[in-house]
Amino acid sequence: MYVYDQYDQTIIEDRVKQFRDQTRRYLAGELSEAEFRPLRLQNGLYIQRYAPMLRIAVPYGLLSSKQVRKLADIARNYDKGYAHISTRQNVQFNWCELEDIPEILAELSTVQMHAIQTSGNCIRNTTTDQFAGVAKDEIIDPRPWCEIIRQWSTFHPEFAHLPRKFKIAVNGAVSDRAAIEVHDIGLEAVNNEVGELGFRVSVGGGLGRTPIVGSFINEFLPWQHLISYLDAILRVYNRYGRRDNKYKARIKILVKALTPEVFAERVNAEWAHLKDGPTTLTEAEVQRVAAHFVDPDYKTLQDQDAELAALDAEHPGFARWRQRNTFAHKKPGYVAVTLSLKPTAVAPGDLTDKQLDAVADLADRYSFGEVRNSHNQNIILADIEQAQLFTLWGELREKGFATPNVGLLTDIICCPGGDFCSLANAKSIPIAEAIQRRFDDLDYLFDIGEIDLNISGCMNACGHHHVGHIGILGVDKKGEEFYQVSLGGSSGRDASLAKILGPAFAQDDVAGVIEKIINVYVEKRDDEESFLDTFRRVGVDPFKERVYAANN
Amino acid sequence: MQRIIKNGQIIDETWHLLPKDATLEGLSNCDDLIVPLELWSEHAHALKARDGGLGVWLEAGEEIEEIADQLDNFQVIALNFPAFTDGRHSSTAYMLRTRYGYKGEIRAIGDVLRDQLFALRRCGFDAFALREDKDPQDALQAFTEYSEVYQASSDQPLPLFRRRA
Repeated sequence: MYVYDQYDQTIIEDRVKQFRDQTRRYLAGELSEAEFRPLRLQNGLYIQRYAPMLRIAVPYGLLSSKQVRKLADIARNYDKGYAHISTRQNVQFNWCELEDIPEILAELSTVQMHAIQTSGNCIRNTTTDQFAGVAKDEIIDPRPWCEIIRQWSTFHPEFAHLPRKFKIAVNGAVSDRAAIEVHDIGLEAVNNEVGELGFRVSVGGGLGRTPIVGSFINEFLPWQHLISYLDAILRVYNRYGRRDNKYKARIKILVKALTPEVFAERVNAEWAHLKDGPTTLTEAEVQRVAAHFVDPDYKTLQDQDAELAALDAEHPGFARWRQRNTFAHKKPGYVAVTLSLKPTAVAPGDLTDKQLDAVADLADRYSFGEVRNSHNQNIILADIEQAQLFTLWGELREKGFATPNVGLLTDIICCPGGDFCSLANAKSIPIAEAIQRRFDDLDYLFDIGEIDLNISGCMNACGHHHVGHIGILGVDKKGEEFYQVSLGGSSGRDASLAKILGPAFAQDDVAGVIEKIINVYVEKRDDEESFLDTFRRVGVDPFKERVYAANN
Repeated sequence: MQRIIKNGQIIDETWHLLPKDATLEGLSNCDDLIVPLELWSEHAHALKARDGGLGVWLEAGEEIEEIADQLDNFQVIALNFPAFTDGRHSSTAYMLRTRYGYKGEIRAIGDVLRDQLFALRRCGFDAFALREDKDPQDALQAFTEYSEVYQASSDQPLPLFRRRA
């Protein structure tokens, strides 16, 4: 993974001093609440229902074991002993004291971490495929490009106060596990017909109040021009994005208002001034960054298909886990393993300080000392020797990471919701738990198969409900918490937005409604047809009829 | 008299910033004036004929392209921040310096606060009229908060990746 040099380290240490002084001035009354607010937000600090929430940046989800141990320390010393993995692959603490934040940042800087631009109306953490660098279907490793974008976006002087937040995602694989089409900018690394590297560029995707799938405005941007082109997009947005209404301030609204074609023309006109200038990327810089992402010292191994199949036959629990929680690796004899952070009765994406230490320990012993956070709020050990898989499974079970539900109905993406977040209209964690309890039969879960169920506690859509095959949105109805259910969303390459089923449901009814929806799917599916495919074939009506039937 | 920050020093203000609804009537001939864009657009000839210094100021939504071919007339271009979180004129300043080659003073006016100064200077601002309740002496510290930056901008034509040792 990327390792800071003295320049990178200087910048984050300067940041620690700057934020320490800003906090001091706020506490001394020299900065008003209104003046401090944007400053703390750009440092990932929200004032929540009970305490400030600190969001720590995990660039494109990658963490070293040393960093994970530091997070465990922070959870122990400054929080109530746990941390939360967010849908932007970041880490959140819910119980820090404002006075402690400068010290936490100082500690983070010792392991090359920070909270820069994890909130606020600026360029946020760039995200990518959690299997970057190891996926079999990868064409181009997106991580060096994410790091180049991280450096460009960190304290960009011109884009510090955009109309609204700005999110960039990069994909380099055949499947899109980074959901690039629902980002402000989505970049897909591609080779052209003569083998040169470039990017397909999507703009104006996003969730929130007005969910939109992005539009591709450039089918091949040569890699040298990535930064100047991003500058051009951001300049057009900074100047012309709406600032009069925060619900209409995202770039998607500008792209829609202008049309993607006209927006692309504006970008090209701006880019003409910048192209081939000093921001043009150099081979040397790309190589410098890419050198941090070369393969670890893989052994020459063989796939263990027969051995693993024998273990499967002997241990059905292992077989189940292996089926759901492992992912094919590009190297023979290796496999990527997902640690499920979705056991029933734990808030999705939460883990304790002890579990964090255990993750670091497992990473050191099994996976070259690195882990990744996924936007699905799980943790990945990317480089596991297949021959060690069975032993690892035993350890994961002990630590509570082996729930065999990755990609299944109970692997719920869920925002912190009304239990923590002051923006939320409704709680989301108890809904997730009720659904997990309702679907506690593993055989049935496996039979239902792959299904994304996403829950957001308000229309800001941190839980990505628009792109869940089943999406649940908390809404406020005269002071009471209700839940709107939608179907048919997808964040993959065939991205689509879910359609609202009908009137919202009371909290106690949600799990039952999901059960009815699943029953309809099971009745209507053909053979191995997935929920999403069945929905796309039969449409919303059969689901609507069942769920809203008078005596059902 | 208001004091402003100019090139990292605190100096006494010598310019008069005219309000948005200013007219030619009763305008001083000798004072140094910063006039609203609209007044300039309507009365460029009359304003040029004066003896005093001339500057122009733009609202956050006014576009620099409108006067891009007239920049020689202005010793000062002041850019207004209705709120310090409104970043539009960061782009304006950058374009003035790098695209239009403007060498005169670019001044930040309005809701201008210490914690924005470092980035604004990077974009091309060299003068800052801080919000009146703020202490310019205190704000000077902003300019030394960072000793290194990643991006190219008006103050640093080369991105860090072209400068890394």
